[in-house]
Amino acid sequence: MLFGILVNEGPYQHQASDSAYLFAKAAIEEGHKIFRVFFYHDGVNNGTRLATPPQDDRHIPNRWSELAKEHEIDLVLCVAAAQRRGMVDPDEMKRNKKDADNIAEKFRISGLGQLIEAGVQAERLITFGD
Amino acid sequence: MLHTVNKSPFEKNSLETCLRLIDESSSILLIEDGVYGALKNTSVSDSVINAQKTTKIYVLGPDLKARGLDKSSLISNIEIIDYKGFVNLTIENEKIQNWL
Amino acid sequence: MEEELESGVVKKFLYINRRAPHGTVYAHEALEVVLIGAAFEQDVSLAFIDDGVFQLKKDQDTSEINTKNFSKIFSALEMYDVEKLYVEKESLESRGLTEDDLSVDVKVIDSSEMKKLITDSEVIFNF
Repeated sequence: MLFGILVNEGPYQHQASDSAYLFAKAAIEEGHKIFRVFFYHDGVNNGTRLATPPQDDRHIPNRWSELAKEHEIDLVLCVAAAQRRGMVDPDEMKRNKKDADNIAEKFRISGLGQLIEAGVQAERLITFGD
Repeated sequence: MLHTVNKSPFEKNSLETCLRLIDESSSILLIEDGVYGALKNTSVSDSVINAQKTTKIYVLGPDLKARGLDKSSLISNIEIIDYKGFVNLTIENEKIQNWL
Repeated sequence: MEEELESGVVKKFLYINRRAPHGTVYAHEALEVVLIGAAFEQDVSLAFIDDGVFQLKKDQDTSEINTKNFSKIFSALEMYDVEKLYVEKESLESRGLTEDDLSVDVKVIDSSEMKKLITDSEVIFNF
């Protein structure tokens, strides 16, 4: 089964990103594929590589990066939501003349069309939000 | 259709709306703060028990446990499942509606 | 199934709006998805349930709170071929609103019709 996952909340504030991660992990363990995880609204904050949670806490952005590396998952931050919230990849840094980028490994920034495409292509679309 | 609810019924009307708008072949999975909707002896228990006549209700075990709850706290015939069970429900049901 | 996943697939998309505007960004950003999604030539419906009906209240003016008055976009949806807007009667009535209070033409349906709309949809977005 091919899954699309939509994450609408940022890390640490709300359980949504944790639930989405645990769902994605379980789906993969059951032999299914994740077509794409799309991060929208404050969900784009899951893609920062600058988070430094305490050692005894889970590292939410890194956890997504690791899962994506191991299982070839497409992690997409919505560009409009990302720009508003200061999530920047190297291309966006150049285009908007910023002095840094802050995107974590395996995440990429793209348009909302990627979410619609996930709705069309995936056999199941599940949303985790507030 | 699988319906998930992630809000406490004492905070927001997501469960109430879900119960109003689901058709009879649906299943409901309570996750995150939604698990409080599965508790017995609450102001919403009766409507949940009533829904059970036509709708199978599940609750996500890890979320239940995290909140200090277990089977003994729940309305009877609510099934506790893990994330693997969650995934399987999304496969058994062709469509998913997430009440936030 | 593989065949069907190629381009040209038309699915029934339903956007469920259950939040009031302005207090949070969800309603506004949901509308942005609708606008982008319109280009994909899918079968699109919008449902307004619970506080979502407040999104359609006419005469919204955000000039004194310095936010974007995205409620104006609803009347432009027709140009994007998004024409199926459904409002749940029970949600409207319990909030003291009538169809005359709304800024755009919608179809007011009761909860049993809303139930059918949800059941008949294939991809459902909630923000």
